[in-house]
Amino acid sequence: MSDATSGGSGRTGLSRRTLLQGVAAGVGVAAGSGALTGFPTIWAQNIKDITLTHVGGSYAAIKEIGDQAKKDLGFSIEMQAVDPGTQLNRSLTQPKSIDINNLDSSEVVFLAGKGVLRPLKVSDYKLWDKTVSIFTTGKFPNGGPVPSEGISPMKGGFYTGPDGKKLASGPTEFLAMIPTLYNADTLGIRPDLVGGRDKIVSWKDLVSPAYKGKAALVDYAPVGIMDVAMALTAAGEMKYVDRGNMTRAEIDKTVKILIDLKKQGQFRAFWSNFDQSVNLMASGEVVIQSMWSPAVTAVRSRGIDCYFVPLNEGYRGWFVGLAPMAHLSGLRLDCAMEYLNWFNSGWQGAFIAKQGYYSPVLETTKKFLTPEEWDYWYEGKPAAVDIMDPYGHLMEKKGATRDGGSLWNRMGKVAVWNTVMDEDKYLTKKWNEFVSA
Amino acid sequence: MKISPVLSSWLQIGPMALILVVFFGLPMLVVVVVSFFDFDHMSIVPAFILDNYDDLFSSDVTLRLYLSSIKFALIVWAITLLIGFTVAYFLVFHVQSLLIKIGLFLLCSVPFWTSNIIRMISWIPFLGRNGIFNQVLIATHVTSKPLEFLLFSDFAVIVAYVHLFTLFMVVPIFNAMARIDTRLIEAAKDAGASRYAVLREIVLPLSKSGIALGTIFVVTQVMGDFFVVKVMSGGQSASVVSALSNQIQELQYPPAAASAVILVIVVMLMVAGILRVVDVRKELAS
Repeated sequence: MSDATSGGSGRTGLSRRTLLQGVAAGVGVAAGSGALTGFPTIWAQNIKDITLTHVGGSYAAIKEIGDQAKKDLGFSIEMQAVDPGTQLNRSLTQPKSIDINNLDSSEVVFLAGKGVLRPLKVSDYKLWDKTVSIFTTGKFPNGGPVPSEGISPMKGGFYTGPDGKKLASGPTEFLAMIPTLYNADTLGIRPDLVGGRDKIVSWKDLVSPAYKGKAALVDYAPVGIMDVAMALTAAGEMKYVDRGNMTRAEIDKTVKILIDLKKQGQFRAFWSNFDQSVNLMASGEVVIQSMWSPAVTAVRSRGIDCYFVPLNEGYRGWFVGLAPMAHLSGLRLDCAMEYLNWFNSGWQGAFIAKQGYYSPVLETTKKFLTPEEWDYWYEGKPAAVDIMDPYGHLMEKKGATRDGGSLWNRMGKVAVWNTVMDEDKYLTKKWNEFVSA
Repeated sequence: MKISPVLSSWLQIGPMALILVVFFGLPMLVVVVVSFFDFDHMSIVPAFILDNYDDLFSSDVTLRLYLSSIKFALIVWAITLLIGFTVAYFLVFHVQSLLIKIGLFLLCSVPFWTSNIIRMISWIPFLGRNGIFNQVLIATHVTSKPLEFLLFSDFAVIVAYVHLFTLFMVVPIFNAMARIDTRLIEAAKDAGASRYAVLREIVLPLSKSGIALGTIFVVTQVMGDFFVVKVMSGGQSASVVSALSNQIQELQYPPAAASAVILVIVVMLMVAGILRVVDVRKELAS
């Protein structure tokens, strides 16, 4: 193969390499073609030598996924799991240390317009047409609109223009990231210690005196305040215009109630990482708390009953996606685009399904799950066989049913989304006041 | 070749000075500069504003955080001093065999073969509501209900601090005591001094430099901690640095920098105070 300049003809170069790969040519994964201009790309260079660094949270940047990508694509993916603070920090101060940024919806808000992420064109992402409608049109499959409190997929998914300077509030042709994973969070409970799975039906139980000294909250202001807002709204103690974007007055009132609750001893602890949340629950220190779904699974895998309880007022939804970094060019950029298009082609979706997360592309994910697995994870049907986690360990016995039911039973009940508020600076300040109170 | 005395002293302090300037001076200067910057969503804006300091000094949270950190520092200092002094005294004056002395001293350092985090976290299953300690208390009918204050409380924080930092008190005090001329003690005894008088008139004054150094180690570590407070109090308490680390988490560097500058000043004042009470240089030189 000879050298080829891919200026404006990224597609040509790409399909040549895709042929090398044995993947169907002409998939049109060419990266925003203009961006390739002027970079002489040596196609002869073996893509085996390419390693892309994929940085994300521990729930998403999973080594096995990178290994499979290497098998399917021919180049290497180095997975790095970091905490959100480190990720934002590196994205801004050392953007070149990341190639593929695995961002959650709030991180996108922080990084958009900072020039470190590469905007994507809808046409460059081949699975867009197959993506669930909450990401493409902002509607549920039944036609109902996705709630807009917090950073919904509409507020965190698109740029207003090709320059990626500003996030749009609805669908455009320019993606901030390709969605890869989403879920609906709720409270975790210990059914054995609260008197049964059906004993807790509302968010207000988080602040109920019945669980005084046995409740916990995540010590991360943007999420913690939302869980509390759900609870206080349910208890009728607060009314918000938009829980996803509170006013100073609303933050003040909420934090004041929180401080009172803290002083009355409502909370046993405030956890700041995954393990702490697992241990609080597993040890019985806490019976009701903010929780992530894999933490619930981790408690269950110790043989202790833990339940991600569906609540009357609905769930707190969130989503995660991939964005290539702006510094990528040439062959590395092509590889990155190929990786993005591979990501939702099924294997990854099936892997994370077995951790309880949903893939935005159902059709491909279904192909990589057994019908029994699909029925359990996505349809909410009782498990026809024992259900295994992605690593082949037993997760649920035959006959078990997933909490919250089917995909749309859960996601359809999202009431708010994880958020970044306009007053986030003020929120941090007030949250520190609460923690030190 | 003859080196002039001036050059010789420069050569001697040179390496240390260089390290201090590069690894302490310059970074600190950056922190000071950033503490005057403005910031918004994720970006810091070079400017010269006093807002960060203004926020810090006008918020009663700051005072509360400092009071809480100083409270921890004082309590932990008193306990580690008592334990550290006793252990060092035992090792130096009671244990006769040098071999056993060294052996016991090494034993003190055994817990330090594991990481800080593991040593701290191992308290959690021990002190928890259904932890070993509560189970023992209930089994022996000391209490009927598990004691809740044991974990996720100030008590738990202090237990972990004492566990983590006592050795920092033992080592310098041991070192200072080991240099006490035993003939002094014998002379005092011959002159009819009681053991208490020996302790008060000879051992204590001559261990002052060790106590001062140990105090500096313990106090500065407690003042600069956020991890122990966060984990052992279950997030119920905060420290100066935990508030600062929350700000860093959300990339609010300028206020975090301002907070760091104030903390450095406060801790420096504390160290200066300690050194004013005990002139370590003079003590060590003697």
